[in-house]
Amino acid sequence: MVDLLQRFGRGWIGAFERFGRATLFLLQVIIGLPSLFGRGFLLVKQLYSTGVMTLLIILVSGLFVGMVLALQGYNSLVRFSAEEALGQFVALVLFRELAPVLTALLFAGRAGSAMTSEIGLMKATEQLAGLEMMAVDPYKRVYAPRLLAAFIAVPALTAMFGAVAILGGHLVGVEMLGVDAGAYWSQMQSEVSFRHDVLSGMLKALVFGFVICWIAIFEGADCIPTSEGVSSATTRTVVYSSLAVLGLDFVLTALMF
Amino acid sequence: MSNVITLDENAESLVKIRDLHFQRGSKQIFRGIEMDLPRGQITTIMGPSGTGKTTLLKLIGGQLKPAKGSIEVDGQNVPKLSRSALYALRKRMGMLFQSGALLTDLTVFDNVAFPVREHTDLPESLVRHLVLMRLHAVGLRGARDLYPAELSGGMARRVALARALILDPTMIMYDEPFTGQDPISMGVLLDLIKTVNSALGLTSIIVSHDLHESMSISDYVVIVSDGVVVEAGTPEALRASESPWVQQFLQGKSDGPVPFQLEAPDYRDDLLGAKHG
Repeated sequence: MVDLLQRFGRGWIGAFERFGRATLFLLQVIIGLPSLFGRGFLLVKQLYSTGVMTLLIILVSGLFVGMVLALQGYNSLVRFSAEEALGQFVALVLFRELAPVLTALLFAGRAGSAMTSEIGLMKATEQLAGLEMMAVDPYKRVYAPRLLAAFIAVPALTAMFGAVAILGGHLVGVEMLGVDAGAYWSQMQSEVSFRHDVLSGMLKALVFGFVICWIAIFEGADCIPTSEGVSSATTRTVVYSSLAVLGLDFVLTALMF
Repeated sequence: MSNVITLDENAESLVKIRDLHFQRGSKQIFRGIEMDLPRGQITTIMGPSGTGKTTLLKLIGGQLKPAKGSIEVDGQNVPKLSRSALYALRKRMGMLFQSGALLTDLTVFDNVAFPVREHTDLPESLVRHLVLMRLHAVGLRGARDLYPAELSGGMARRVALARALILDPTMIMYDEPFTGQDPISMGVLLDLIKTVNSALGLTSIIVSHDLHESMSISDYVVIVSDGVVVEAGTPEALRASESPWVQQFLQGKSDGPVPFQLEAPDYRDDLLGAKHG
């Protein structure tokens, strides 16, 4: 029994210790952010590898999610003869919830895992140590550009996810199921508030992007520099960031709406 | 301090190590190492595998912090330096890692140019000249467009050497520079290390297992074992040493005061135990 309690306690102390280290790590990365002024090429490179390279999966997923939403929404709304509200339904569900959350989950799976494994391998192959010995600070050169890139890329990808999903909804709702195109767009325009719905969703995306990247770069930098270490760090990134996104989504939704 | 091993009474020391203690997990790696490494000379650090020679280089470079003791490089106590002061000091240090530690997403050319582009505002034409000169010195001017994954281990280490030398550091640390080199590259590399050391007034610290090669270019040799300095002196003095420890190490005998086997239970008991277990 005592042994069990000891192990439980040790586990919690370990978790808090790690969280403390992650927070100090984040502070150092944030301190390194101003060094990106005048070194925009580092940011552009990361925007390309995290943002642009994730674009395809975001657009395809967005299209299908919009199509499914329209199909499900239409089937429910048509029972109450309210199919004209399809545009409003699709847009609200997307901007408030699905676009930020699904984009964040896809980003964590595609870009977050890639960031962790890249940084983990840089650690395992002594590239990070090499940078330090060349007097190049990895916080400024490696971590800071990635954090800022994710902070910019996730909201941008969320916006694109939402836009493509609305087109997907239009494709199924209007083109296939025969909802009036005017009703689809006008309902959406009149009922969706830019500030309350769209910007709130974007705020969620900003928070998600920041948290995912924090987890991803910390896991990479903190991993055990072996093949198993890198692979388990990559797994942890996907698991922790998915849980963080879903948990934070609840908190943010409760605060915003 | 009377027990400090000073390699050259007349030479000024660039690196001063005093009472250095370091442990990894429960294993004590260093137990009060003391040494002075002279400026402008080539010093080789030798010792059996696992004695912490690479760890010593990392401690000098400030990548690891000792449990106790001081490491002064050019008058600055490395473990106590602030982050910015440590990075300023590292600009004057070069380090050649065992693996090369080349950045895998950059070509050979960009890898060698990396420190110059990071720390100076030199025009690209000048960077090109500097890089090509260093690559030519290590015989790899023709590999400038290759990526590190396309190089052999020995070639990668030579590129890393070119990179370590490009900013003309005050001191350079080589971690196993001779591993994986063919005889021709080995000769060129030995010449290169010797030449840059005398021509640029560098201080070189080499960690190597290649006895004959490293002793042929070293001014001094330090032998470390079991957490302390066992013997130090010029290569000639070490060859003439009567210490059975040094003789066993230099002649590569398995029999002597240095155990070949890592500490383990009795061999017979171990085998019989395995049979029953």
